[in-house]
Amino acid sequence: MSNIVDARGFSCPQPVLMTLDEINKVNKGQIEVLVDTDTSRENVSRAATSKGWQVKDVKQEGDGYRITITKE
Amino acid sequence: MGILKNFFATRWGIISVGSFIGVFAPLLQKLGNPGNMGICVACFERDIAGALGLHRAAVVQYMRPEIIGFVLGSLIAAYIFKEFRPRVGSAPIVRFVLGAFAMIGALVFLGCPWRALLRLAGGDGNGILGLAGLICGIWIGTLFLKGGYSLGRTEKTHTSVGWLLPLIMLGFLVLMLMSPQVKGQTKSGVLFYSLKGPGSMHAPLIISLVIGLAIGFLAQRSRFCTMGAFRDLILFRQAHLFMGICALVIVAFITNLIVGQFHPGFLKQPVAHTMAIWNFGGMVVAGLAFALAGGCPGRQLFLAGEGDGDAAVFVLGMIVGAAFSHNFGLASSPKGVGPHGIAAVIIGLLVCIFIGFTMRKRAA
Repeated sequence: MSNIVDARGFSCPQPVLMTLDEINKVNKGQIEVLVDTDTSRENVSRAATSKGWQVKDVKQEGDGYRITITKE
Repeated sequence: MGILKNFFATRWGIISVGSFIGVFAPLLQKLGNPGNMGICVACFERDIAGALGLHRAAVVQYMRPEIIGFVLGSLIAAYIFKEFRPRVGSAPIVRFVLGAFAMIGALVFLGCPWRALLRLAGGDGNGILGLAGLICGIWIGTLFLKGGYSLGRTEKTHTSVGWLLPLIMLGFLVLMLMSPQVKGQTKSGVLFYSLKGPGSMHAPLIISLVIGLAIGFLAQRSRFCTMGAFRDLILFRQAHLFMGICALVIVAFITNLIVGQFHPGFLKQPVAHTMAIWNFGGMVVAGLAFALAGGCPGRQLFLAGEGDGDAAVFVLGMIVGAAFSHNFGLASSPKGVGPHGIAAVIIGLLVCIFIGFTMRKRAA
């Protein structure tokens, strides 16, 4: 069961802020982040990696992406 | 294509784009653009406002092809890499107002963040105060962001909506070709042309346009942003975009040294004044407005090129803000701040703070 962050429609830096909020909340496990631009996809992936999370999967979904990040 | 796509998102990608701008901005100056103003998004949009006659400051009127190139270059990159996403609806009126005051603040300092960096790279010590103001404004913006400030979500829209600003820019280019500059004339067709001052100084049209297109293309790929550089550093301790502007300053400094454009000092710098407080204060307003709007003036052009209609509204706000700046005596000149520049900085700060405090979204 993963937590979902819906950052679609938000512009930089909000998707990253929302992702980091969720990361701080759950500490570990799996989070799915929905974004709708390539910039957000890159920024969210970069921020998650810098926090020690792994980008497990990036799937195209509708007009955007579903990014799955995990931490053991 | 995939490799290229990934490259620009890497550290070396952003460094190479910053370096590219660092080489070509000083070269544009060498080829005719004003001093320490190889590229200045605020100044050039102000010159466009002048060329259109939205203000009648005779020394700053020229349809700058670099700006046209930035938007169209980004559009081309967005299409090639399938990133053109028409979208609108995230508080456009707020973005318009932020754009106008960002311009008003920038013209008190006499430069956007790009020019603040280029002024520093050209030896203008006043650029340090502008940058300090910029960082201070962005820092205030990050406090609002941490407090839940949000302009709300965009909505997907028709392709034609995303095309509007690129089409306006294309229209400007057509106007320029139909009304070319005539030596010694202040007006050609519908466009105004400066005979003296910064507006009269420019590189050849085709060179400005091609370099503008190249920078627009590369900046769309790399998400180059001078505001984001400081914001991400303050907010996330992340130096990715910051590497880009460091590369810009260092390479521009070296390029200036090579072509003989490095003149260190505070006095008699080109298109600059020495009123430290207002160099700082103007950029506090601009930095805060850019932070609240999510991008530096260059980034707003690149976003507009990839279909972001809200960024396009910010750009139009900047152009209108430039007209107000010169019509109301808000803009500075090398002699110092304009007659109402100080009042404008205070009002701009109040407006930005009002927007920052009132547009907060609390998590449910």
